[in-house]
Amino acid sequence: MPQDPTERRVVVTGPPRHARLRSRGRYPHSSGYYRPRTEIDEQTTLGHTYVRSLMRIQLRAGLTVCAVLALLIGPLPLVFAAAPDARRLEWAVLGFGLYPPLVLLARWYVRRAERNERDFVRLVEDR
Amino acid sequence: MNYTYAVTAVALVVLATVLVGAFGLRISRTTSDFYVASRTVGPRLNAAAISGEYLSAASFLGIAGLVLVQGPDMLWYPVGYTAGYLVLLLFVAAPLRRSGAYTLPDFAEARLASQTVRRLAGALVVGVGWLYLLPQLQGAGLTLTVLTGAPDWLGGVIVAVVVTVIVAAGGMRSITFVQAFQYWLKLTALLVPALFLVVAWQSDGAPSHAFDEPAAFREQRTVRIDDTLDLRLAKPLTVTVDGTVDGRDHDGTEVALPAGTHRIDGGTRLTFAEGAEVPAAGRGADDALSPSRAESREERPLYATYGLILATFLGTMGLPHVVVRFYTSPHGVAARRTTVAVLGLIGAFYLLPPVYGALGRLYAPELTLTADADAAVLLLPGRMIGGVGGDLLGALVAGGAFAAFLSTASGLTMAVAGVLTQDVLPSRGVRHFRLGTVLAMAVPLAASVLVGGLPVADAVGLAFAVSASSFCPLLVLGIWWRRLTPPGAAAGMLVGGGSAFLAVAATMTGYPGAGPWHALLAWPALWSVPLGFLTMILVSLATPGRVPPGTAAVLARFHLPEELRTEERRTEVSP
Repeated sequence: MPQDPTERRVVVTGPPRHARLRSRGRYPHSSGYYRPRTEIDEQTTLGHTYVRSLMRIQLRAGLTVCAVLALLIGPLPLVFAAAPDARRLEWAVLGFGLYPPLVLLARWYVRRAERNERDFVRLVEDR
Repeated sequence: MNYTYAVTAVALVVLATVLVGAFGLRISRTTSDFYVASRTVGPRLNAAAISGEYLSAASFLGIAGLVLVQGPDMLWYPVGYTAGYLVLLLFVAAPLRRSGAYTLPDFAEARLASQTVRRLAGALVVGVGWLYLLPQLQGAGLTLTVLTGAPDWLGGVIVAVVVTVIVAAGGMRSITFVQAFQYWLKLTALLVPALFLVVAWQSDGAPSHAFDEPAAFREQRTVRIDDTLDLRLAKPLTVTVDGTVDGRDHDGTEVALPAGTHRIDGGTRLTFAEGAEVPAAGRGADDALSPSRAESREERPLYATYGLILATFLGTMGLPHVVVRFYTSPHGVAARRTTVAVLGLIGAFYLLPPVYGALGRLYAPELTLTADADAAVLLLPGRMIGGVGGDLLGALVAGGAFAAFLSTASGLTMAVAGVLTQDVLPSRGVRHFRLGTVLAMAVPLAASVLVGGLPVADAVGLAFAVSASSFCPLLVLGIWWRRLTPPGAAAGMLVGGGSAFLAVAATMTGYPGAGPWHALLAWPALWSVPLGFLTMILVSLATPGRVPPGTAAVLARFHLPEELRTEERRTEVSP
């Protein structure tokens, strides 16, 4: 929405070669070392494979936590319906008990997702 | 209740909101500041802002009222509102920030390069936003009426004017400050009175039958029925009637009502004996804020609970005022951490409404028979503590309630105005954004004044169901599936969101009456979400030639960490 469109949407295609070499200047190695990185920047088939592998591993992390969430939440309405006398349990679980697991699941996922990204950066930066 | 304190509290909240907004206005200088707070909002401030924006009238008043009337099943609402952020974190948060999309239409266009999909998403955003604004304005009206006896429309007009001024003047930056401030205000306004109420409950001998089903009167109590309603009795009930029941006039006589449904005329006084079970009120008892109107336990089968869970878990990610907030994070990693902080803040807040609901069942069970169950949070301090202390605590709660209306309404107005400015009004720029703001607020305000008595309450549930069946498939498939095509996305949003919308609209007009069809239409998420996903996938697979050419590059941008993006280095700001 900012008026300057370049601020809002950025070009993903690799910048011209000389520009990239200049930006590489911030890093200690010379450009020859960054094969995976170059593949991604230049959008070759190999580069896409790298991105795809990152997506797959991140999706797996998300789906794992989602499955845990479904297993945690899914049976609860059945349990409450099966035991209509356990009102106090229902109050305790829905009123207080579910929030800590939700936050813990979120933290677990974030740690995992950030580790995946760090590993990926290490891989493509060849460090 | 003493009006002076409450009016002062509401006035203070409005004033403080304007002042904090003005503080942000002094910092908000460039266009980028105006729209997205220059993308430099750190996780903590942003998380408080997201939470402040998200906790609406339905959270502040509605949940306690629902729990009071319908028991602990209704606690699925706050759980769902919270867990929605977990699902958003798992599949949407970081890629959405990295997409650089400011609104859902922006996302649709960036991902699919299609103006048609963009416009469709824009129309849905405006629709969902207006539906969600309506109960905020009505809640403001109800609060002011309960507290001061002011006319219904006044509260809504106050909120509308304040929000329009703040949003139009300060934009996102000032809104971030306002929202963060209002989260803490809302938490305080609910926490402090709750502590006093729990102490009062303790000194009362800590009665615990609030958890029993159904609620019962603790002492003899007279209830005045304002509007005609149907009383459903599971067991025979003996009650002293002063007025008209089932068409027969009684004058302070004791009547033994058999089990079944009884019509109580407006203006009747019922005196319940100590220990009598609180009967269930049927249609006619209208809680203005409850996402689902007075549906008794029998009418809410297991199916409805699962429908509610699915709608809230998946609908959160598509709410227009939620998405905007993620763009203000400096990068994807910050967006994730922000979401975790939001989960903590919202979860902490939602520990409180059940307390009010449980205490309401003990000390104000007759609210189930009146139209004011949503006012339980406002009335409890006066009822349980009384005196000046009760008045002061009641005033604090009233101020918090107004903070809830103001914050959610301003976030929604911001989002709707953004879409209107970009896609409906002719040219861009800050001046047109201000025009868009006025338009964004004028429509729901007019609707809330015009349709006053209708069950707009369902609007919140409807907004979640529509969002879950249209935007959730768009976001999840758009981020994780490379074969999504523009025709697929358009068809999925139309079929999923459209069918959810029609189903709930049909329920609101009272079409199927009762039975399994009613539940199926009142809680559409369970079938409309899979329908939306399936349509999107099948139509995309049927149009493989329409996959946008830049898909691989776009997905790389969504998922690559910022440090690998050569062109994005300049925006790498520390959180």
